[in-house]
Order: sequence, then C-alpha cells, then structure tokens
Amino acid sequence: MNRIKPRWVALLLGAGFFLSACAPIAPWERGNLAKPHMALDPYPLQSAMRAHNYGAREAASGGTGSSGGGCGCY
Amino acid sequence: MTMRKTATAVCAALALAFHSSVQGIETGRSVPNCRLAPLGAEQEQELHQYLGKVLYVDFWASWCGPCAQSFPFMNDLAGDLQSGGLQILAVNLDENREDAQAFLAQRPANFTILADAGGKCAQDFGVQAMPSSYLVDRQGVVRHVHMGFRSGEAQEFRALVEELLATPSASP
Repeated sequence: MNRIKPRWVALLLGAGFFLSACAPIAPWERGNLAKPHMALDPYPLQSAMRAHNYGAREAASGGTGSSGGGCGCY
Repeated sequence: MTMRKTATAVCAALALAFHSSVQGIETGRSVPNCRLAPLGAEQEQELHQYLGKVLYVDFWASWCGPCAQSFPFMNDLAGDLQSGGLQILAVNLDENREDAQAFLAQRPANFTILADAGGKCAQDFGVQAMPSSYLVDRQGVVRHVHMGFRSGEAQEFRALVEELLATPSASP
C-alpha cells in the first residue's frame, strides 16, 4: 500500500479552501440575484411555449429545465 | 496509521469548508436586542425598548414578492390590533435605501419601518427565509417563527397574534 504523498494532501486541502468560495448567500443578500436580468432564461414565457410545442411534436417533454438566479423567497 | 490521520484531516477540512454557521433563533428563546434605525434616519434604537408590547418583527426587502403580498395583511393587523398592544416592526434589508422608499411609495404602510442595511440584525435573528416573521410576547420571548408568506395562512397567523395579545403581561 502506497502512502499518500503530502503533496496530494496539500492539494486536497487547498481545493477545500477554494471550494469554500461557493459559500451560501444569506437569504437577505439576494437582492441582486432577484433582478430580472440575473435569470438564466431571459424570456421564460416564450421558452415555455416553445417547450410546449416541441413536446407536442416530439411526443416527449421535460429535461430542459435548470435553476438560475431569483430571490429564493420562501 | 498516517493514512488514516491524513484522511481524517482532509475530511475535517472539507467539512469546515462547507460548514455554514447560520442558525435561526427558535421559539422559546429571548429576542435579540439589536439596534435599528428608522428608514432614512440616523439615530438607532434598541429593539428591547418595545418590550412590554406584543412584537411582530418582520424582515422584508423590496425585491421579495411574498413580502409585497404580506403588506396588506400587516396593514390590517396594525389597524385592528395596534390599540390592543401590538407593535409591528418591519425591518427592511435592502442594500439601497431608495429601493425600499420606492416600494413604500407604492405600498403605503401604517406600521413602523426600520432599516438594517448591514444585515446585522438579520444575522442576530438568523433569518432563514424572506420574508421571516417573529412573534414575540410581552416578556420578550419568541413565541412563533413564520417563514414566507402565503395568503392562506394569514387567518391562522392572526389568531396566534390575538392569542398572545389576550395573554396578560406578568406583573412588572
């Protein structure tokens, strides 16, 4: 069994340190995320219509969504 | 042995990296005495100066849809129950004061609006959601924490407020 090299340990610890940059935003700090231009989909109504048409023609739907910005209000 | 130690260290470091220390206050705890200024004013006041009344502390922001929905409810509550000893404190958490003022110009409020631009008070309360409402009894104990606002729950929440108002204060 090989010993784990200190170099790798340092790399992992470093990665952990930088991953913490993905810190959660407090609920009251979402003012900018709530702006309409922060949404991933600029035209949600149009996209929904297109997805609907597409689903009707392909006889399959779903799998197109993703979550974006928003105020994350409860 | 060394390997196990390193693995533990790595796990601990990762756990620390993802650890979030925000913890909301729960029912039964006393209300934090945070300092807040009226919106647009400088002089701060302490939350504990309102003790003796039933407090309804609501955290809101102009960008929050459910907060806008809750304003008519709070206006009704203030109109009907303020004389009975209810004090509504709506704490604004907007980063720009102008946003809050524009919001209030559209939705006039007949209750006390305070500002917490730095989010210090929200941190003390450990606000978990927007909007968050805390119902505090006359002794300063948090009796109910309510997250979000749905119009269906308004009646239920109002009953809780009335129940607290009916409870006499302990002899001072």
